[in-house]
Amino acid sequence: MAEATGIKEIIKPENLVYERTSIMTENILSYCPGCGHGTVHRILAEIIDEEGLQSETIGISPVGCSVLLYNFLDIDWQEAAHGRAPALATAIKRLLPDKFVFTYQGDGDLAAIGTAETIHTCNRGENILIIFINNGIYGMTGGQMAPTTLPGMKSSTSPYGRDVKTMGNPLRITDIVATLPGTYYVTRQSVHTPANVRKTKKAMRKAVQYQKLNKGTCLVEIVSNCPSNWKMTPVQSNKWLEENMLPYYPLGDLKVPEEQAGTPANTKSE
Amino acid sequence: MERELRLMKGNEAVAEAAIRAGADGYFGYPITPQSEILEYLMEANPYETTGMVVLQAESEIAAINMVYGGAGCGKKVLTTSSSPGISLKQEGITYIAGAELPCLIVNVVRGGPGLGTIQPAQSDYFQAVKGGGHGDYHLIVLAPASVQEMADFVGLGFDLAFKYRNPVMILSDGAIGQMMEKVWLGPRQERSKTVPDWATTGKPPTRKRNIITSLDLDPNAQEIFNLKLIAKYNEIKEKEVRYEEFQCEDAEYLLVAYGTSARVCQKSVQMAREAGMKVGLLRPITLFPFPTMRIRELAGKVKGILSVEMNAGQMVEDVQLAVNGKVPVEHYGRMGGMIPTPDEVVDNLKSKIIGG
Repeated sequence: MAEATGIKEIIKPENLVYERTSIMTENILSYCPGCGHGTVHRILAEIIDEEGLQSETIGISPVGCSVLLYNFLDIDWQEAAHGRAPALATAIKRLLPDKFVFTYQGDGDLAAIGTAETIHTCNRGENILIIFINNGIYGMTGGQMAPTTLPGMKSSTSPYGRDVKTMGNPLRITDIVATLPGTYYVTRQSVHTPANVRKTKKAMRKAVQYQKLNKGTCLVEIVSNCPSNWKMTPVQSNKWLEENMLPYYPLGDLKVPEEQAGTPANTKSE
Repeated sequence: MERELRLMKGNEAVAEAAIRAGADGYFGYPITPQSEILEYLMEANPYETTGMVVLQAESEIAAINMVYGGAGCGKKVLTTSSSPGISLKQEGITYIAGAELPCLIVNVVRGGPGLGTIQPAQSDYFQAVKGGGHGDYHLIVLAPASVQEMADFVGLGFDLAFKYRNPVMILSDGAIGQMMEKVWLGPRQERSKTVPDWATTGKPPTRKRNIITSLDLDPNAQEIFNLKLIAKYNEIKEKEVRYEEFQCEDAEYLLVAYGTSARVCQKSVQMAREAGMKVGLLRPITLFPFPTMRIRELAGKVKGILSVEMNAGQMVEDVQLAVNGKVPVEHYGRMGGMIPTPDEVVDNLKSKIIGG
């Protein structure tokens, strides 16, 4: 049949337009269908590949759904205790200042149990990249309330919806670290549409390049989804993200380098 | 820098010895009675001379996790604290043990529980030798009884840590940390340039990626790892037991004591012998591995044993296990930051062991 011939034609190696980035391993991703983690992993892998950083990179994986991240990217990894990744990264970067060091953390990890490490690492201006995946829920443990869970949002530990009077308001920790002099570049992105994936990749590349300047902490927040624990299809979850998460966590840069912002900077002539 | 004789506090000796041992990094947080270590290192500013990183962390939790990160890069790193701070570090310590990373942890013990006192105690014995954090693991535990040993055990601790890829703890106390004695400091060693093959330093094309982790979701694989750890601890028990004996040759009664208590007991042995009692002292230098076999041998020669400790009775359980009922074993302890006196020890030896 003509259709079958068409498929054979399409899958010929010379016709492939998309393939596994070399930095991604052949291990099968452990994420639920439609989850944003896989997309962010892919972006990170592409940038490490394109910037030629494989032999220079040390990543720190968190506790959470991405705990097995070290199985998916072919680089050196350290697996941290819950919330402690920025402390590991601090020491690694101080001891190996020429290496590219990043952490990859979820909202519970970075904004609840690891709040002190997050704030103080940013406040010291450690020259690392923090990648922050915010899906407003504890995914791996089965959908409990996170520090970033929206008001009224249901979870297994807020079954009647988050009551801000007794459970507190969702924490915009990225806004907080943007106020610290130690941070150099702080931005909030998402991967729920192809356009946003491209913007996230751009932001991530900037952050990777900024680390070479040695000017402070870069933090890229990615507002993401959790179809399984939000109890939605992937498409529904991306729509819900846009309608509910983004009004509370608006996308865009929260802090850009002064040079970039057009302010007269304390630039050194080269 | 040459070998040198100095008059120093135990805490200062740890700090200077770390620089001279070629340490790559120190991560600490202030707590009495050990803050001099961080203060000494900040003032010495070794980054300018040896390149050693010294950083005051936001908490003991952060400090031990910085140690994890540095150790994972194959670097010689250490942290120090005192009892309440060491409790906070337990999470990081069990991860370090589980990831089989070498590092040095110094506990300048103070009385507890809780905030307790700031005076010397030995009430963290169980925590140090039985694991401390969750999961099946052991630290190698060294118990200094002098400022000289505070300095010497830094280098020894790093050597053992790297030999076995295992965290090492120096279990000191507020007395040894604070007291000043003369101390011979070794010549300064260069910081090591060799990178262990397991260290995360960026994956070159020539090797597989290195992963530092303590996670294994497969229970079969985790059990195999647990068995590997047990084999390592058994090797350590076989090869690394260290102790010192004082007048044990003809002893009819034995004192067992470590650290500050052992210093007190030396005097007790003299006093007892002057009063006609043949008393000896065994001082464990390694608390894990414990000198079980030597105490078992001595139990065949003496009539009774007194374990002297600055706690409510902790090491005495290991002495009893070693003796296995062969002769009476009793405990005498002071707590809360109090130090036993030599005559108290003799009195308790008489009343609890010798009798009459």
